[in-house]
Amino acid sequence: MTRVVLTKPDIDRALTRIAHEIVESQRGRFGLIFLGIPTRGVHLARRLARLVADIEPQDVQVGTLDVTMYRDDLATQSTRATVATEIPASGVDGSTVILVDDVLFSGRTARAALDAITALGRPDVVRFAVLVDRGHRELPIRADFVGKNLPTSTSERVNVSIAEVDDLDEVSIA
Amino acid sequence: MKHLISARGLEAAPTVAILDTTMDMVDVRTREVKKLPTLRGKTVANVFFEDSTRTRLSFEAAALALSADVTTFTTQGSSVSKGESLKDTLQTLEAMGADFIVLRHPHSGVASTVVNSGWVDAHIINAGDGTHEHPTQALLDAFTMRSRLRGENARGSDLAGISVVIVGDIFHSRVARSNALLLRTLGATVTLAAPQTLLPREIDSWGAAVVSTLDEAIDLQPDVVMTLRVQKERMTSGFFPSESEFAQLWGMNDSRLRRLPPTSIVMHPGPMNRGLEISGSVADSPQSTVTEQVANGVAVRMAVLYTLMGDSR
Repeated sequence: MTRVVLTKPDIDRALTRIAHEIVESQRGRFGLIFLGIPTRGVHLARRLARLVADIEPQDVQVGTLDVTMYRDDLATQSTRATVATEIPASGVDGSTVILVDDVLFSGRTARAALDAITALGRPDVVRFAVLVDRGHRELPIRADFVGKNLPTSTSERVNVSIAEVDDLDEVSIA
Repeated sequence: MKHLISARGLEAAPTVAILDTTMDMVDVRTREVKKLPTLRGKTVANVFFEDSTRTRLSFEAAALALSADVTTFTTQGSSVSKGESLKDTLQTLEAMGADFIVLRHPHSGVASTVVNSGWVDAHIINAGDGTHEHPTQALLDAFTMRSRLRGENARGSDLAGISVVIVGDIFHSRVARSNALLLRTLGATVTLAAPQTLLPREIDSWGAAVVSTLDEAIDLQPDVVMTLRVQKERMTSGFFPSESEFAQLWGMNDSRLRRLPPTSIVMHPGPMNRGLEISGSVADSPQSTVTEQVANGVAVRMAVLYTLMGDSR
């Protein structure tokens, strides 16, 4: 049975709130880079970047961070396709990087992402924004900005649909 | 895919996926940290029963860039001179922890023999077996063509509509065979140009047109001219009258380069016999991709190691 937990207006409101929280946490410091984790994190990163720039006019950059090669389950899983990593030409050194993903679950993707960022350079600060935190962490990792905390059981599936990829905005549990 | 033995078995979709992964590996080579942790704790054994500079160094660089440990075995100074068999040599290397065996051997078909024999569990990558195949060379050549000729639109694309001329010592060339097979899989048109004596007997099964002079091939205005090394070490009888005649009829020189479209590229797998199959000035011209091929070789081999590691069956 599928249960819708976030509709489009819910998602819009959550992203708007996160954008405000990011602006607040920046306290006037600029040099934000949003790095989305493919696939849906990239689109969420673009939306957040737009929202932040609307709240406080500033030069916000967006990129894509592929973490595939940094995963800790490569030897046990079948080969995953890689995606191009795209970072601003100026690099990440000295910036504030906001990592963006759709769902935070075990924390293993976030760990891989932190390693991937280290290979790109040395940002001043790295923060982590997710649309949904569904719990069941396997590593000591938490998100700084959360759209919605969703208590789930491990057997449930959380499906995030994003209009840019799936033609609608929706989060459901199955 | 657990092993990479031959270009013959490769299908288009997984090949394009390897080329796409290669793009991401090229990107890694431009980063501040030029290494990935992907193969940490794995060992790649380079097992070379035949001389090689670039292939061995290239596999070594690729394995190191993926954080693997590398052991290199060459026949010189090994127990092979005491009569140790291939089976025992490979099993010894596996007992020392090799997860990947990169194998070069002077005899055709050795790589597939090793896979079919079940001697070892390791992933086997054919790095050239006699005059049979050299699949990673074909992949790096396909990658080089795709990035040069497709530019920004390279990702996800095959080689449909691209015309390639392969010229020279096709008879002894595993590079030519692997390329002809892979290029056809990727949708390119392949034309072979060689003296009759340097064409293999089973040429019909390659699915390529054959022309009898390089000038005829140049008239086709190909996107790519791939020159091959004249393999003197494998020539036990007279395959052509003289080197100067070969250079004149089959060598890629300035006047032939001028007759090609300015967007066409000239390739050579190396090592080159300058002045024989390719003139020095063509090799050093902007249309030559010789050094690019070497650079791409490392990235392609990274992509191959990565692609194979996920499949243990």
